[in-house]
Amino acid sequence: MKLKNKFSLSFPSRSANESFARGSVAAFVAQLDPTLEEINDIKTSVSEAVTNCIVHAYKNEVGQIYIYCDIADDNTVRIKIRDKGCGIENIKQAMEPLFTTIGGERAGLGFAVMQSFSDNLKVNSKPGKGTTVTIFKKIMPRYTVNGKQ
Amino acid sequence: MSVTISSKGEVLYCSISGEIDHHTAAHLRKKIDDATETLMPSLLVLDFSGVTFMDSSGIGLVMGRYRNMSKLGGKVHIGNPTPTVYKLMTLSGIERIATIDPVENTESYR
Repeated sequence: MKLKNKFSLSFPSRSANESFARGSVAAFVAQLDPTLEEINDIKTSVSEAVTNCIVHAYKNEVGQIYIYCDIADDNTVRIKIRDKGCGIENIKQAMEPLFTTIGGERAGLGFAVMQSFSDNLKVNSKPGKGTTVTIFKKIMPRYTVNGKQ
Repeated sequence: MSVTISSKGEVLYCSISGEIDHHTAAHLRKKIDDATETLMPSLLVLDFSGVTFMDSSGIGLVMGRYRNMSKLGGKVHIGNPTPTVYKLMTLSGIERIATIDPVENTESYR
């Protein structure tokens, strides 16, 4: 698949950067003229993944979060969110709705929301090495949404 | 992100505006919990009409307030979520613990 465009950025795992991260990806995807629902789905998925990096991967430290995003020529957006934090021991368990290791105010819905709001989700993780979450979302051309270009 | 808090009788009304994520939820939580401790309401209304973005931190916020209100024997109502916020609320099944009210019902609590 040929790429139309791409960008990358990295930033420290400070919670103030959550809005910066989802806003940056949304601004990049805006070139595809997405619907409000599509852009909100992407913002929500990115926010969940970045929050996971902050509260889980770098629980007791500030580390670097890396985002790479590209657009394929079929308008599929691929967003990779990577950290070099603690990693996930049991990915299957981590992806179960309502499962959380920290409780309190966390709902345990991060992966469930990412799965529901994207077309496809891949999670690669190595304990002690870090985690990469890849989100795929195809932006529908407007003519297939409205019946005309 | 901000929250405007008012009370009438047994009702504590919190009108939230802006974006709710893990970063902003901490501030909202403190403001709402401080008012809840002081006023001991029987009904907590969280008006979401001004919320422009929310991730699952917003669901956690409602769950936490539900736990607090349950200890007081009270209830939580969610008012006026926008379509994008409502989509996430439906996915989470939050309506099993908090009633979601349309705008006309929520306004009557003010």
